Amino acid sequence: MALFRGAGGEAPPSTGLRTGCRGETRDSQVFPGGAAGDAQPLRPDSPLAQPAEGGDILPLLVRGVRYEARGVALVDGLSLDLRAGGRTVLLGPNGAGKSLTLRLCHGLLRPHAGEVRWLGPDAARARDFQAMAFQRPVLLRRTALANVTYALSLKGIARPARRKLALRALERTGLLALAHRQARVLSAGEQQRLALARAWALRPRVLFLDEPTANLDPAACRAVEAIIEAVDAAGSKILMTTHDLGQARRMADEVLFMHRGRLLEQTPAAEFFERPRSDEARSFLRGELLQ
Amino acid sequence: MSDSITAFGRAWALIAAADATLIEIILLTLRVSVSAVAVAAAAGLPLGGALALYRFPGRRAVVVALNALMGLPPVVVGLAVYLLLSRSGPLAPLGLLFTPAAMIIAQIVLVTPIVAALTQQVIEDLWEEYGEQLRSLGAGPGRAVFTLLRDARYSLLTAVLAGFGRAIAEVGAVLIVGGNIAHVTRVMTTAIALETSKGDLALALGLGLILIALSVSVNAMAYGIRDYARLRHG
Repeated sequence: MALFRGAGGEAPPSTGLRTGCRGETRDSQVFPGGAAGDAQPLRPDSPLAQPAEGGDILPLLVRGVRYEARGVALVDGLSLDLRAGGRTVLLGPNGAGKSLTLRLCHGLLRPHAGEVRWLGPDAARARDFQAMAFQRPVLLRRTALANVTYALSLKGIARPARRKLALRALERTGLLALAHRQARVLSAGEQQRLALARAWALRPRVLFLDEPTANLDPAACRAVEAIIEAVDAAGSKILMTTHDLGQARRMADEVLFMHRGRLLEQTPAAEFFERPRSDEARSFLRGELLQ
Repeated sequence: MSDSITAFGRAWALIAAADATLIEIILLTLRVSVSAVAVAAAAGLPLGGALALYRFPGRRAVVVALNALMGLPPVVVGLAVYLLLSRSGPLAPLGLLFTPAAMIIAQIVLVTPIVAALTQQVIEDLWEEYGEQLRSLGAGPGRAVFTLLRDARYSLLTAVLAGFGRAIAEVGAVLIVGGNIAHVTRVMTTAIALETSKGDLALALGLGLILIALSVSVNAMAYGIRDYARLRHG
C-alpha cells in the first residue's frame, strides 16, 4: 500500500514585513506605464478567459473545521460559505490561521474535525478545478514556458494544446518575452507572475492565493493585483489571504476576518470597512495591535 | 621519504612511457566502476526518490537498513557475490566468476545503497519546498518522484560521485570476485595491493598517485558541470 505523504505541521509563518503596494486605489489603472515592465494589457475576452468546460464545484461549504498541530488547535470552529463570483479576502494578523484555512479549503490539509464539502454538480472532481499560488512561488528548474506546460500536462491536456494555452497565459501576464528564460533566475515579481500564469493556464473555477504579494515591491505588487483582477474578470472565484489592509481594501468584494484561529466575520467588503461587526476587526482596522 | 620521491618518479615514468599494461589497467578500472555506477544510479535514484515520497508500513526499517548498507564491507560483498557465482553457487551456469562482469556486479551491490540513501535525503529536503505546490497541481507520488529527481539533478550528481568514489577505491570485492588476473581482471587497487605485497612500494605508490589523480579529475569535471548548470538554472 502506497500512501502519498500528507502535509503535516504548520503553514510557514507569513513575514512581518508590510511591503504592500499601499497608496493605490481600488480602481487605479492596471499596469500603469512602465510600472510593470513588459506587462501587456489583459484582455478578458480571449479564449483563456473562459473557465474550462464543466467545473461547477461551488459553493464550498466549510462546517466546524478544526486543525491542530501537536495537540494545539490552530484553527477551530471554522464555518464559512464560498460562493461563485467575486473576490473573497481572508484578512487578519499574522498567525490568525489564514494560510491554514486556505490549505484546508484547497484540500492540502485534512481537518481533524468538521467538514469541507464542495456542493456543485462537479464536486466529485473538485480538485481538477482548483489552483493555488503560494507566498513564495515554487518554480521548477526549467524555462518559464515549461513550468506552465508541466502543470497543464498534469491535468491531462494534450501536448499541442499545452503549448498554446501556456503561451497565452504568459502573454496575459506580461511574461511572453521571458517564455524561454529559466524560471528560477527571474526576479521575485516575475516569479510570482509566472506562478499566477501557471495557475491561470489551468483555468480554475477557484483560485487560492496565499499572501501573493507579501515579498514584492510596490510595482510588482500592482502587477500581481492586476493579474488577480483579470483572473476574477475571466470568471474564476478568488480566495486570497492578506495581512495588508490596503490590499484588502483594493481587492475585496467580501472579507473573511480571522483572529487566533477563529473566523470572526464573513461580511461584504463595503460593510466590513464601514461597520465591522467584531471588536477585533475594529481594532485591526484602526491599526491597533491585537492581543 | 625516499620511497615517495621515487614513487613520483615511477608514476611519471609510467605515464610518460604510456605503458601499455598501465593503460590497460586504467581502462579496465574505469570500465568496471563506470558501468557499476551507471547501473547503481539507474536503480538507486528512483529507489531513493520513491523512499522519500511513499509512505508504507516498514518504511523506517527500510531506510535504516539502507543507511546501514552504505557502510557494507567490500570484502563481505565480494564474498557474497563469490558464493553466488562460484561453481556450487546458484548463478554458476553464468560462468561469470573471475571476469570483469563479476566485478561490476559486486560494485553495483556496494554502490546502489549509497546512491539510494543519499538520493532519499536530497529528495526529502526538496519535497519540503515543492510538496504543496506539486500536490496542488495534482501530481501523484510517481510523477512527483521524477519531477523532483529532475529538479535535483545537480545535487544528485554528488550522490552519484560518492558512489563512484566508493567503487573506484575499493579493493576487497573486486579482488575476491575478480581474482586480480593480469590482463583480465587486474584493476588499479588490486595492482597496488599486489605490488605492495611483492615489496615494490615505489611502484605501488606510483599507481596510487595515478588512481588519486583519476578520481580527482572525475570529481572536478562533475563539479564543473554542476556549477555551470547552477549558474544557468538558478
